[in-house]
Amino acid sequence: MNKTELAIDVKNLSKKFGNKVVVNHIDVQVPKGQIIGFLGPNGSGKTTTIRMICGLLTPTTGAGTCMGMDIRTKADEIRKKVGYMTQKFSFWEDLSIRENLEFVARVFGMDNIKERVDNALKNLGLAQRQEQLAGTLSGGWKQRLALAACILHEPEILLLDEPTAGVDPKARREFWDELRNLSEKGITILVSTHYMDEAERCHSIIYIAYGDIMVKGTVQEVIDSTKLVTYSISGDDIMGVMDKIKGNPEIVTMAPYGDQLRISGSDKYKLEHLLNKSTKDKITQAEPSLEDAFIFYMTKSAKEEENG
Amino acid sequence: MADVFSLYRVFAIGRKEFLQLKRDKITLAMIIGLPIVLLTLFGYAINTDPKNLNSAVLSRDNTEFTRSVITGLKNSGYFKIEKEITTDKEGKELLQSGKMQFVITIPDNFSRNLIRGDKPSILIEIDATDPVTIAGAASSLQGIIKSIIIRDLKGPVAHLRGELPAFDIEVQKLYNPEGLTHYNIVPGLIALILMITCIIMTALALTKERERGNMENLLSMPVQPIEVMMGKISPYIIIGYIQSIIILLMAKFLFHVPVLGSVALLMLLTLIFIICNLALGFAISTAAKNQTQALQMSMMTMIPSILLSGFAFPFYGMPLWAQGVGGCLPMTYFIRITRGIILKGNSFIEVWPHVWPLLIFMLVVTTFTVRIYKRTLD
Ligand SMILES: Nc1ncnc2c1ncn2[C@@H]1O[C@H](COP(=O)(O)OP(=O)(O)OP(=O)(O)O)[C@@H](O)[C@H]1O
Ligand SMILES: [Mg+2]
Repeated sequence: MNKTELAIDVKNLSKKFGNKVVVNHIDVQVPKGQIIGFLGPNGSGKTTTIRMICGLLTPTTGAGTCMGMDIRTKADEIRKKVGYMTQKFSFWEDLSIRENLEFVARVFGMDNIKERVDNALKNLGLAQRQEQLAGTLSGGWKQRLALAACILHEPEILLLDEPTAGVDPKARREFWDELRNLSEKGITILVSTHYMDEAERCHSIIYIAYGDIMVKGTVQEVIDSTKLVTYSISGDDIMGVMDKIKGNPEIVTMAPYGDQLRISGSDKYKLEHLLNKSTKDKITQAEPSLEDAFIFYMTKSAKEEENG
Repeated sequence: MADVFSLYRVFAIGRKEFLQLKRDKITLAMIIGLPIVLLTLFGYAINTDPKNLNSAVLSRDNTEFTRSVITGLKNSGYFKIEKEITTDKEGKELLQSGKMQFVITIPDNFSRNLIRGDKPSILIEIDATDPVTIAGAASSLQGIIKSIIIRDLKGPVAHLRGELPAFDIEVQKLYNPEGLTHYNIVPGLIALILMITCIIMTALALTKERERGNMENLLSMPVQPIEVMMGKISPYIIIGYIQSIIILLMAKFLFHVPVLGSVALLMLLTLIFIICNLALGFAISTAAKNQTQALQMSMMTMIPSILLSGFAFPFYGMPLWAQGVGGCLPMTYFIRITRGIILKGNSFIEVWPHVWPLLIFMLVVTTFTVRIYKRTLD
C-alpha cells in the first residue's frame, strides 16, 4: 500500500499515566476513505489512542501523521481537518441544538452558517427539535447532535468514540448508512465500538487489549486468526449440558442461542471428544463468529496479563 | 501563520458565553443584587485610627519655636513628616497626588507675631478623601500644637500662656470637606463589587467546562488560548459596566455623592480594571482543577485585595510589607483612581500614575495565562 494513501499513520504509540502503561507501542494505519473499527474491552486504551491521534494527549513514545501532518507538532492544523466525537457527550447542555451547531460552524470559520446548519439539522432529522436545549435531549438524540456537529465542518477524518452507545437499532442503522456515505465520499473513519454488527460493517478492524493490539484485519481475517472450531448442539437439555462442561479448559466460548448451544475451542479433537462424552444430542460443526473471536482474544489477553 | 489569531473565533466564543449567561438566572440575579446589597451594607463604614500619616511641612518661619512644633508633631505618632517644602504649589501637588495627607503651613514671622500677641495662625490642609484615615490625626492636631506652644512659652513670654489661645489653627479639609464616610466608601465599593463579580465569573469559566465535560470538545476545536480567554471574558465586560452604572446611580441618588471628575474618564479606566480582574479570574480558572479550587483561589486573591488595597484600612496606615502586597493588587490602584476622579475631580494626567500599573498587571496576567493554558488533557 502506498504511504500517501494513509490518512492516519502512527507508529510505536504509547501512553503512560504515572507508572501505568495504558497504550503500549501500537501502530495504527488507516487508509484514506476506509472505515476502521476499533474494538477492545473496557479500559483497553481505545479512547486514549484516539485522543493521541487528534492531539488531545501527548504520546509518551511514538510519532506519526494524521492527513500527512505530524501529530506532535501540527495539532492545530489537524484539529481543522478532524471531526472528533467524544465518548461522553461534550456539547453544551445549556445551548439549544441549533446554537451548538452554530457555535461549531463559527469556530471552524465556515461561511453560509445558517444554510449549513439548516442542512445538517435536516439530514439528521433534528429540524423539529432545533430550539430544544441539548441537555434535555434523550441519549440517542444527543448522539445524533454530536455526530451532526462533528461532521458539520466537513472534516477529512472522523474519529468517533463509541458514537452509537445507547442508540436504538433503527437509528444505529441510519447512522452507519450515513458513515458509509461519508466514506464513499473519501472521508476516513476510525470508530470505536462494542457492537459486533457494527464491527462487521467496517472495512477492517483493530482489536486492542491492555494497550496492546492483539489482531487487525478484515472481519474474516480476524476470525480465521483465532483458529477456533465451533460446534452447535441442539436438544432439549442444553442448559444441562452447559452445566456439565462449564469451566473445562478446552472451552473458549460457550453460549446458548435459542435452543442451540454454541461452543468454541482451540483444539478440534479434544473438544469433539469432550462434547461426545457429555451429550447424546446432535452436534454439528458451525462457523465461529466475530464475537467468538473477541471472547477468544479477551480471554487470551487476560491470561497473558495475569502471567505478566 | 495568518490563523494564529481570529477575532471571528473570539466572537464565536463570546456569543456562546453570552447565551449561556442569559440562561443562568441565578448568576444574573447575583450580578444585579450584589452591588445593591453591598452598597447598602457598606454605606456605613468602620472607623479606625491610623498613625504615621504622610505629612509635609512648609515652614516660613525658621525659629527654635517652630522647629519645636514640628518635632512635637512627629512625636505625637500621628504624623510622619516626610518632607519639608518651600512653596504652596508643592503642597497642593502633594495633596492632589495623594502622596501626602497633611500639609502644615507655618506663616512668616509666626514666632514674632505670637510673642507680640498678634494671634498668628497655622494652616493645616488635609486630604479628606479618606476621612477614616485622617479622622484621629485631624482631631488631635489642635491639641498637640497647643500643648507644644504652651510648653515652650516660658521666660518673658510666659504671660501669653494665660491668654489662650495665643494663635489660631486654620484647618482646611480638601476634597471631602464634610468628611463623610460614604463619600469615600462609594468609590471603593465600585472597585470591590467589580472585583468580586469579575473574578468569580471568570474563575468558573473553564472549570465549569471541565466539570461538565465540555473541555474535551473545546480543546479539539481549532481555537487558540488567547481567543478562548478573550471570548470568555467579553460578555462580562458588559456585565461589569452594568454594575458600575448601578453603583454610580445609587451613589448619586441614594448617598448624594457628587462626581467631580469626568464620568467618561471614569468609565474608560473602569474598563481597564474590569479586564484586569476578568483576566485574573481566567488565570485562576486555567490553573484550578475544579470549581472548589477555583473558588478557593479566588478567595485567596480577593481577601488581600479587600484588606490591603486601602479599601478596608487606610493604605498608608499599614505596615510596609502590607503596602508592598497592596501595591501588587489592581484594586489598590483602581481605588485611588475612583476616589481621585469622583471625589477630587482628578484629570487623566493626575490619575495616570495609578493607570499604568493596571496596564502592566493586565499584560502580565494575560501572558501568564496563555502560557499555562493547557491545550491537551494530559
Ligand atoms: N487521565 C488519566 N489518568 C490516569 N489513567 C487514565 C487516564 N485516562 C485513562 N486512564 C486509564 O487508561 C485506561 C484506558 O482508558 P481508555 O479510556 O482509553 O479505555 P477505553 O478502551 O476507551 O475503555 P472504554 O471501552 O470503557 O471506553 C483505563 O484503565 C483508564 O483508567
Ligand atoms: Mg473509551
